Amino acid sequence: MEARDQLRILSQIGDIPSLSEKIREANRCPLCAKGIDILQINTGRRCNLSCRHCHVDAGPHRREIMSRAVLEKCLDILSSFPISTIDITGGAPEMNPYLEWFIGESSRLDRRLIVRSNLTLLLEERYRHFMDVFAKNKVEIVTSLPDYLETKSDRQRGAGVFGKVIAALRELNSIGYGMKGSCLRIDIVHNPVGAYLPGSQAALEREYHERLGSEHGVHFNELFCLTNLPIGRYLDYLIKSGNFEDYLSTLWHSFNPAAIENVMCLTTLSVGWDGSLYDCDFNQMLNLTVNHGAPTNIMNFDMDKLKNREIVINNHCYGCVAGCGSSCQGSTTAGD
Amino acid sequence: MSYYEPKDLADFPNITEWAQKEGNKFFDYYGAATGAGKLTEREKSLIALTVAITQNCPYCIDAYTTKCMSLGISGEEMMEAAHTGAAMMAGVTLAHTTQMRKIIKKKEM
Repeated sequence: MEARDQLRILSQIGDIPSLSEKIREANRCPLCAKGIDILQINTGRRCNLSCRHCHVDAGPHRREIMSRAVLEKCLDILSSFPISTIDITGGAPEMNPYLEWFIGESSRLDRRLIVRSNLTLLLEERYRHFMDVFAKNKVEIVTSLPDYLETKSDRQRGAGVFGKVIAALRELNSIGYGMKGSCLRIDIVHNPVGAYLPGSQAALEREYHERLGSEHGVHFNELFCLTNLPIGRYLDYLIKSGNFEDYLSTLWHSFNPAAIENVMCLTTLSVGWDGSLYDCDFNQMLNLTVNHGAPTNIMNFDMDKLKNREIVINNHCYGCVAGCGSSCQGSTTAGD
Repeated sequence: MSYYEPKDLADFPNITEWAQKEGNKFFDYYGAATGAGKLTEREKSLIALTVAITQNCPYCIDAYTTKCMSLGISGEEMMEAAHTGAAMMAGVTLAHTTQMRKIIKKKEM
């Protein structure tokens, strides 16, 4: 579905108040950034998988790939400002031909370096060397595993994907990733396989550790719970399954003003494959660039105008402030 | 229109209406009793779901099925819990035949 059609659907939510109204009620309007602590770089929309919940609508058919010029500009900015975290995402970042070079250059900057990998590519001969590239550069890997049950996980990501993730996790464990005493971190992202919100992150993390350890002999560091935002393929699913209104209502009823304090857009700047700038990866997929006077492309980067920019809010943002709050780093409140 | 409407589940927080003090005490107790303690939140959610099913409460079935799903509890696990509840209900019913059998034995010639 086109971004404009998604935004139209998200504006027609009946009796549910807009999120802007809720933010205003919570006396947090306008919502403004508190600096740039994370530069999240979406290296492209190409992916070997076509997951049913993917907000990027990524897949093998996509051709959008970040150019070397945009990556060089990211490095230039990272060298000039004390941005503590470089968060590389996609699509499948490994499918960007400049990823290995970019990781090497980023590593020299001595920042926290994250790559969001689906892991399945790492089993393919062409991409296998990335396991060593990640380890050598102390890359923190974040990977998606919607459920510890194979059948549920594969319903969302495709047949056989769960098995490949487990196989890759085993290999990564063997070189130190996710193991006690090792500095190599691998974290797992859980998101619900259906039209409901994630439960307690602490409870789910315990269960993931137990099940993946005892049933598959694999280990990881932390579990991040991510609420499915009603955009992209997940929005299609909600509409087709007749769950859209109930899901939006659940998000509204679960609105948690405390979650506003740590919402990720306050400290993140998201860079699109073409250098466009966004408040987060979700806004990126809805073509909602940064606004309110801030430059909209990284080639015109201006820290002074971006660091306290007003955040662009729409109703999909309910997903980040529902329940315990949700972000690319998991829950945002200590509610669980 | 049904007596039970799914959207009425959202009214649950309003049951304090007209009896605020007692209602607040109930919610304090409810929160303490259903939160993680020596039993985990998963275990307590399965107990709550089972009670909801055996007591035919549509609101609680809706709320606790969703909560169990949120906590990663599978359909198979929930169904297993429901059978435990069903077996208990059957056992409770049959145990009460003791009274019935005692009366029959006392009164029959």
